Amino acid sequence: MLSREVDNELTIDCLLLAGRIMIESGAETYRVEDTMLRMAQSQNMLDAQCYATPTGIIFSLGKTQPTRITSISSRVTDLQKISLVNSVSRRLTSHIISLEDAYDELKSIQKTNYFLPIYIQTFAAALASGCFLIMFKGGWSDFPTAFIAGGLGFLTLILMNHLTKVKFFSEFTASLIIGVIAFLAVKFHYGTEIDKIIISSVMPLVPGILITNAVRDLMAGHFMSGMAKGAEAFLTAFAIGSAIAVILSF
Amino acid sequence: MDIIIQLIVSFFSTAGIAIIFNVPRKTLFHCGFVGVIGWMIYYLLTEQGLDVVDASFFSSFIIAIVAHLYARRFKMPMIIFIVAGIIPLVPGGMAYNAMRNVVEDDYLQGLQYGLKAFLITGAIVMGLVFAEVLMQFVFRAIRSSKSKLQRTYRK
Repeated sequence: MLSREVDNELTIDCLLLAGRIMIESGAETYRVEDTMLRMAQSQNMLDAQCYATPTGIIFSLGKTQPTRITSISSRVTDLQKISLVNSVSRRLTSHIISLEDAYDELKSIQKTNYFLPIYIQTFAAALASGCFLIMFKGGWSDFPTAFIAGGLGFLTLILMNHLTKVKFFSEFTASLIIGVIAFLAVKFHYGTEIDKIIISSVMPLVPGILITNAVRDLMAGHFMSGMAKGAEAFLTAFAIGSAIAVILSF
Repeated sequence: MDIIIQLIVSFFSTAGIAIIFNVPRKTLFHCGFVGVIGWMIYYLLTEQGLDVVDASFFSSFIIAIVAHLYARRFKMPMIIFIVAGIIPLVPGGMAYNAMRNVVEDDYLQGLQYGLKAFLITGAIVMGLVFAEVLMQFVFRAIRSSKSKLQRTYRK
C-alpha cells in the first residue's frame, strides 16, 4: 500500500514536471493537458484530472491523493524543449522507457539550456531583418541598416530581459533602439526609407508564437488560456508600437 | 529574377526566425522550406492583384497543411513548423502605418490601417484552423478506409 502511494507521488511529480516544461517553453495549453492525461493513463491513472493555464497547472487523482498545484511565472519560446518533452511522453506512453527514466530525462531537459549562443541568435535576427526588408520591397541600399538595427534590437532584448526580467520594458527598449538607429541612418543618408527599415527590424520581436497559440487554445475551447495568451501578445505589440510612436513623434 | 531573389530571402528570413525560436536543429531546413512556400504563395497572389487578406488566408492554409505533413513525418508538434512560416505574413506594415497615422493625429486613416491589420490577422488564423480541420478529416478517412481494407482481407 505504502509503495503504491510513493509510486503515485513519483508519477505526479513526473507529470507536473512535463507540463511545467511545456508551458514554460510556450506550448499550447490544450496540448499540455492532453500530454499529461495520456501519460497518466499509461501509468494506470484512469480518472486523473488536469487543468492547465499559462500561469499554473492543477492536477488531481481523485479521492486517493491530495491535489497538486504548480505555479509558473516565466515563459519563453523554446520549441526544442517542447519537442523533447513530446518525445519523452511518446516513449513513456508506449512503455519503451520506465517512469524513473522519464523523470530523470525530464529533469535533465529542464536544467539544460538548448538555445544557441547569443551571437548566433543575434546574427540570425540580423539576417532575418535584412531579408525581411527585401521581402517587403525595400531597396538593397537599406539592407545594411536593417541588418544592424535588427541585430542590435534583438541583442538589446536579450540583455534587457537578463537585467530587468520585465518583458514589457525590454521589448520597449529594443524597439526604441531600432527606431533610433533607423532614424539616425536616414538622417545621415545611410538609409532611404525609415518605414521599411523599422518594419523589417522589429519582425524578430513580433509575438508570432503567442498569437498562434492563443487562437489555437481558443479554438480548442480553452478560453482562459487563449485570452491570457492574447493579452500577453497584445502587451508585446503595444510595447513595440509605443516605442515606435515615440520615435515617429520627433 | 525577382522571384528567385524573393525565394532566397524568404528562406533565410524564416530560418533566422526559426533559430530565434530555437526549433530542433534537424528541422531547421524544413522550417525554412515551409516559410518559402508560404511566402511564395503570398507573393505571387498579391502580384496577381489579389487582396492582401485573401492572399494571407490561402498562404496560411497551405502553410498549415505542409506543417501538418511534416509534423506527422517527424512525430513532432505541428507548432514547430507553423510558427516560423507565418511570421512573414504578420501585418507588421499595416500595424506600423496605423501607429504612424495615430501619432500624426490622423485617427481616421490610422483606424483604417488598424482594421486592415486586424482583418489580416483573422485571415491567417482562419487559414490555420481550416487546414487543421481539413487534415483531421482526411487522415480519419484514410485510417477508416485502411481498417476497412484489412477487414475485407481477413474475410
